[in-house]
Amino acid sequence: MTIAEDTAAAPTPAETRKPILEAKRLVKTFGRVVGLDGVSLQLYPGEVLAIIGDNGAGKSTLVKCLTGAEIPDEGQLFLDGEPISFKRPQDARAAGIETVYQNLAVSPALDVASNLFLGREVRKKGILGSLFRVVDSKGMRKMARDELTELGISTLQDVTVPVENLSGGQRQAVAVARAAAFGSKVVVLDEPTAALGVRESGQVLQLVKNLRDKGIPVILISHNMPQVFEVADRIHIQRLGKRAATITPQSHSMTDAVAIMTGARTA
Amino acid sequence: MSHPKTEPAPATGALDLAEEFLDRTTPLTRIRGALHRYPALSPAIVLVLSVIVFGFLNDRFLNPANLSLITQQVAVVGTLAIAQTLIILTAGIDLSIGAVMVLSSMVIAQSTVQAGVPAVIGLLLGLIVGLAAGAFNGWLVTRFKLPPFIVTLGTLNVFVALTLLYSSGATVRGNDMPALLTWTGETFNIGGVNFTVGVVMMLVLYVAISFILSKTAWGRHVYAVGDDKESARLAGIRVNRVLMSVYLAAGAILAVGAWIQIGRTNAASPNAGVDLNLDSITAVVIGGTSLFGGRGTVWGTLLGALIVGVFRNGLSLAGLDVLWQTFAVGVLIIVAVAVDQWIRKVRK
Repeated sequence: MTIAEDTAAAPTPAETRKPILEAKRLVKTFGRVVGLDGVSLQLYPGEVLAIIGDNGAGKSTLVKCLTGAEIPDEGQLFLDGEPISFKRPQDARAAGIETVYQNLAVSPALDVASNLFLGREVRKKGILGSLFRVVDSKGMRKMARDELTELGISTLQDVTVPVENLSGGQRQAVAVARAAAFGSKVVVLDEPTAALGVRESGQVLQLVKNLRDKGIPVILISHNMPQVFEVADRIHIQRLGKRAATITPQSHSMTDAVAIMTGARTA
Repeated sequence: MSHPKTEPAPATGALDLAEEFLDRTTPLTRIRGALHRYPALSPAIVLVLSVIVFGFLNDRFLNPANLSLITQQVAVVGTLAIAQTLIILTAGIDLSIGAVMVLSSMVIAQSTVQAGVPAVIGLLLGLIVGLAAGAFNGWLVTRFKLPPFIVTLGTLNVFVALTLLYSSGATVRGNDMPALLTWTGETFNIGGVNFTVGVVMMLVLYVAISFILSKTAWGRHVYAVGDDKESARLAGIRVNRVLMSVYLAAGAILAVGAWIQIGRTNAASPNAGVDLNLDSITAVVIGGTSLFGGRGTVWGTLLGALIVGVFRNGLSLAGLDVLWQTFAVGVLIIVAVAVDQWIRKVRK
């Protein structure tokens, strides 16, 4: 086994912290292909955990198992220490695990506020809301602005702008804000900067840091090593369906990470 | 923010939005931005201009009796176009719209005149026919993931055949019907202009559907589904349920359209109105609703229907052959879609 000691890698001793989300020995096979071969993962409160790995290392399968898009064959998930299982993505969302998918789940023609509240609109108080089911547009706009301010998304103050008029980074920000709102416990970002330019990537990374500072733990899947080393507190390295190591940007260099990823060395 | 044109304060260091908006504010892009933001703006401009032009060409055009006639001519297609707008907003299209309306009107007329059921029950049966037709279209679209164009092309033929089989191809005269059925054709006078009950019903439907689309969660979901189905699904919207409800709502609106049609023509004919499917699409498209879904308003559609009505009426008052009216409507459609494409270039 090449699994590293998490205790050594964690910023504070792990015994004093309980993981908010934990996966124990997940196994997932697709026919004869082994996607996950007994992978364990811990996500602690207030941290950014990056998951890196070569193509086919099991990154996506792992994330899909965490977010309900795939059901693991073996192993167990724990949320807040309680065993939990998801049959579909909605289950994970209901439990507080919000995922921002690569293909952004935003509706271009709707404005920022409508997008933030899409699928969970707030109705007006009184008979207008209960009988006529009128949504509280003003209230939602205000809440949207507050939410964006809280996340430090200063460039998005006009929440009445249709999302299609925004830049890629701002759209990503809307998607992330969506995920972070509504009291979610864990935010999972799947390659959030893959389609973005340098400056926009910087904005999204800042947003990830803001989320962490707000106390929301983030799982970040990325190919981009410098970005991972910039924002992650710990880095989970997948290799050939297994966890090769969990390292920190302080304990290892980028070259080390790549070496572990490709199997040139162990942690 | 209540004033949507506000530009965010260009705080130094705080990035994109401000710069991007400041970058491209030539007059042309500003016009395009406004048209993009308010899809009903361009048809409104066209309607006002065409009323002015036709008013100058012929002084009878602005005559109250003539204006009243235009509203009556628009009532049926205007009602059907509401249903069409709902479906096009979900990135669908309904070719069976006229056929459903005709089938519903025949059921209303025959059940009361031949089977002798009370008028109210006859209208209810018409409503049920509309809902059933909508449910059938919606079921095929959601359950089998068939393209709405194909589904409704098929059901168009099915409903036309059913109508002719059911009615034996015979027209029911309005004079044989209970008064309630032709009530929609009755006129009353406001400020010298005659309105029919059917016109008022159509306007009430516009107000109601516009309210629902803009003020309720369901309305937002309709736009979101038409905009990007997958995104809507990931956002937790039950896409099939929204689609089904849209087809049901359309069916109910078509039944009201059937009632208005009976009043307007003072008859229920199995042969008149099937071609309103294309007229309703024309009204929707001229009204600035995008055929790609997710963008448009019912008010635009009303303007679109009125534009067609004004053109047909104005050109015929100008003494032009009816074929030139059709020609003009064709040009309008192409111009409307071209303008829509141009407006959509705001999108990156």
